[in-house]
Amino acid sequence: MRTFIVKRLAMLVPILLGVATLTFILMYVVPGDPVRALAGERYDEETLARMRTELGLDRPLAVQYVAFLGRLARFDLGRSFVTRRPVAEAIRERFPRTLVLALSAMVLAIVGGIAIGTIAAWGRRPVVSRILMTFSLVGVSMPVFWLGLLLIYLFAIKLRVLPPSGYGGGSIRNLILPAVTLSFASMATIARVTRSGVLDALGEDYVRTARAKGLGERIVLGKHVLRNALIPVITIAGADFGSYLSGSVLTESIFGWPGLGRFVVQAILRRDFPVIQGAVLFMALLFILVNLAVDLSYGAIDPRIRPEGGKR
Amino acid sequence: MRRIGGFWRRFAISPAAAAGLVIFAALLAATVLAGLISPAPPGAIDLDAALERPSLSHPFGTDPFGRDVLSRIVHGARISLGVGFLARTISLLIGLFLGSLAGYFGGRLDSVLMRLADITFAYPTLLLLIAIIAVVSPGMISLFVTLGVVGWASVARLVRAEVLSVKEREFVQAARASGANHAVILLRHILPQCLASVLVVYTLGLGMTIMAEASLSFLGLGVQPPAPSWGGMISGGIAFMRTAPWLTFFPGLFLTLTVCSLNLIGDGLRDALNPRLASALAKPPGVSGGRPGAAIEGSR
Repeated sequence: MRTFIVKRLAMLVPILLGVATLTFILMYVVPGDPVRALAGERYDEETLARMRTELGLDRPLAVQYVAFLGRLARFDLGRSFVTRRPVAEAIRERFPRTLVLALSAMVLAIVGGIAIGTIAAWGRRPVVSRILMTFSLVGVSMPVFWLGLLLIYLFAIKLRVLPPSGYGGGSIRNLILPAVTLSFASMATIARVTRSGVLDALGEDYVRTARAKGLGERIVLGKHVLRNALIPVITIAGADFGSYLSGSVLTESIFGWPGLGRFVVQAILRRDFPVIQGAVLFMALLFILVNLAVDLSYGAIDPRIRPEGGKR
Repeated sequence: MRRIGGFWRRFAISPAAAAGLVIFAALLAATVLAGLISPAPPGAIDLDAALERPSLSHPFGTDPFGRDVLSRIVHGARISLGVGFLARTISLLIGLFLGSLAGYFGGRLDSVLMRLADITFAYPTLLLLIAIIAVVSPGMISLFVTLGVVGWASVARLVRAEVLSVKEREFVQAARASGANHAVILLRHILPQCLASVLVVYTLGLGMTIMAEASLSFLGLGVQPPAPSWGGMISGGIAFMRTAPWLTFFPGLFLTLTVCSLNLIGDGLRDALNPRLASALAKPPGVSGGRPGAAIEGSR
């Protein structure tokens, strides 16, 4: 296990470097005068000159690249063009709110998805199963921003039971709609995977054995079927973390949730490039680390697929 | 011939896949016949008829400029499907080319290309798209080029795996022994064996590409108004949610139907062509399970 972890960590280095390089290229090597492209038409010559020195654009590209990596290593992502505030500081302030939203959505998706998938596979009534599976098919195909708007229309405008948008100081009532919206696609995926896992497990010998020795259906389901069916669910739930990050961009801007995703959208509208690149880079790093954690936990949960040298 | 017949029977047996095909065919027909179906030209402004509820003359209502929503949806379908097909074809060509080179020649070329794919996968897709388009300035061309380029990695990985599994088989060795050059071996003998799985990854990715286009247009980074795009129409309708919900409802419904039908077709193709493929298409090694669009990850 230890060699596996070391190996995976070593593989991380070229990927991190690649992500940083791609960001550098997008940021500094864009065709034309980057400063003019960055500043748009609102800035005078003096501002342009100041930005050029500030970004070090008068130096050779290789020097700029090394300087960029150096700043990155210190988590210095530059300053916002609009507010002049360090990007890293703004990320620190906003990220916890996105994390709360993403984690609530993740819990909803896992609990709801496993429940739906199990009922669909285990239930005795084919009609129920068909309805649930149609629901999950539509769930994966629905654009997250449209779903959010439908929920706002239903629960905030028509029924008036929940606030349509806003942070509300982090109150639960404000969290419900965005979390449900963000969880939906993942819940549908988990439901599908759970269902096929449960159906597979039901055909296995150990389930027949468990039933033959007279165990109750509930124990068979809990101890034998689900334990095996849920292994892929854990991986799927982790791999979907990227869709929570992408989804947070859309969900947060619909619900006015002041997290990282809405921060990116506002930066796009103001053409605030250091903020866009910094936030995207941060989310990419996060995504890489989560994927690593998922890979490692997968090996820990299921010894059968632990890679070579798999001794603890 | 028997193989194709068998494939068709297996595909048609699945009611879900058949339903997907019917829905998608209807959408395609509506796109082609857009001029006949739509009650008015998509850009026709009629301020006297602004924000009208759905009625017989305007089945999906009108927007704040009095433009007919149905007409704009049908013409928007042309853009959505057009951008989707173009972008996906770009991904396919890049992915086929690089993936077959990596699989066939192996070695250092292979590891460089696969590390590049890892880097592409390291970003949540929508965020990578946002980062690129924010720099190259939004517009139709940058939209489908960016979507196409970003989607290369999943195709390349799949093609590489397929080439690897085929290249040591007897008929390839026979071709090599009879003196065929690399290009002939790749194009005539190896790639035709990969077509089935490429078709599946193309279809499943198409739905996700259309979704990504709509998301970008929703954020104002995709198709620019006044050109009708589903994502743009939905975001334009937000301000009128209370008074004119049809502005957001109908474009989203069409988007959902399109993506849903493509997912159904893709799943059906995958099951009909090769049940074994299900695990080969999933993204991280070791993950399996029928997951639509898993190959082009995270664009929702």
